[in-house]
Amino acid sequence: MKRYWELFYVFFKIGAFTFGGGYAMLPLIQNAVVDKKKWLDDKEFIDMLAIAQSMPGPIALNTAIFVGNKHKGVKGSLFTSLGIILPSFVTILLLVIVFTQFRENAVVESVFKGIRPAVVALIFAPLLRMGKNADITWQTLWIPITVALIVGLLHVSPILIIVLAISLGILYRMVIKKVINR
Amino acid sequence: MALFQLYLSIFFSFFKIGLFGFGGGYAMLPLIQQEVVYTHEWITVSEFTDIVAISQTTPGPISFNSATYIGYKAINNTGHGTLASIFGSAISTLAVSLPSFGIMTLVVTFFFKFKENRYVRAALFGIKPAVIGLIAAAGILLINRFNFIDYKSWLIFSVVFLASVKKIDPILLIALAGLAGFILY
Repeated sequence: MKRYWELFYVFFKIGAFTFGGGYAMLPLIQNAVVDKKKWLDDKEFIDMLAIAQSMPGPIALNTAIFVGNKHKGVKGSLFTSLGIILPSFVTILLLVIVFTQFRENAVVESVFKGIRPAVVALIFAPLLRMGKNADITWQTLWIPITVALIVGLLHVSPILIIVLAISLGILYRMVIKKVINR
Repeated sequence: MALFQLYLSIFFSFFKIGLFGFGGGYAMLPLIQQEVVYTHEWITVSEFTDIVAISQTTPGPISFNSATYIGYKAINNTGHGTLASIFGSAISTLAVSLPSFGIMTLVVTFFFKFKENRYVRAALFGIKPAVIGLIAAAGILLINRFNFIDYKSWLIFSVVFLASVKKIDPILLIALAGLAGFILY
């Protein structure tokens, strides 16, 4: 049982002290899981990461589930998941309870009037770098632009986009590329 | 009965968000926004923006944060008490995590076969550029008259955008934008 609580504790600490979402957590997870606890070696960690970020769901949770399962089976992954979820769950719960009482407050409202456009700017800012990392070229640039416009302006369902992207990816790799190469 | 149905629809919405939430973080925002703001109208678009702001300044992934927050609000806004609302939070957070749990358990079991599978690779090849588009869509969806009330909003937007491209800490930028809001409005 001590092993399970250790899994919980390691991920609880990571969940509690990393601000700014999944990617900020990765160096901490690597430090704890690979360097300190040696639950995975370096190569396993890199391979795992590639998969954890391509699957749906938050990367931090995917990583936690993988590490827990690899080390101690399904029960192990229950403990790591709980560890990574609990800190943000408690924090947000306290915030929402407090925030519900103060949202009508004039000071709070004026502070958030300043914050809202900043939030939008923070979403746009990393796009260029991310596009380069995702290997977007002049030939494929139309894909993100089209997706952005039809989801952003026409409110087309993102689920439809994901299903289409999967189908077109498979169609291209399995059929069209072979026809071109022939 | 009505409360039970609300719990059910919260569960299914967040399960869907967990299942189709590729690309993590910002890429999941259009999907979350569509479910909770447009389809179910559990919260307003300004509230949604506030949740994103809170997520950017508190620990944990944005999808958990919004699940916990919206699960609470959806119940609370219909006049139910704190305890029932906390239970709503627990349901939404569980629901958003469940798909990851199932998928990653499969991945561990079939780890190496999975990585080499050419259908999986082809699917991921298609998703990658779409995810970038979804992040841009997340930004576009939040440009509206509720978040951008006057020229001062655009001023804050421009300054924060440039500062963020220059890699200034986002938590600091949100704090400064909040201060600017306090002074300007």
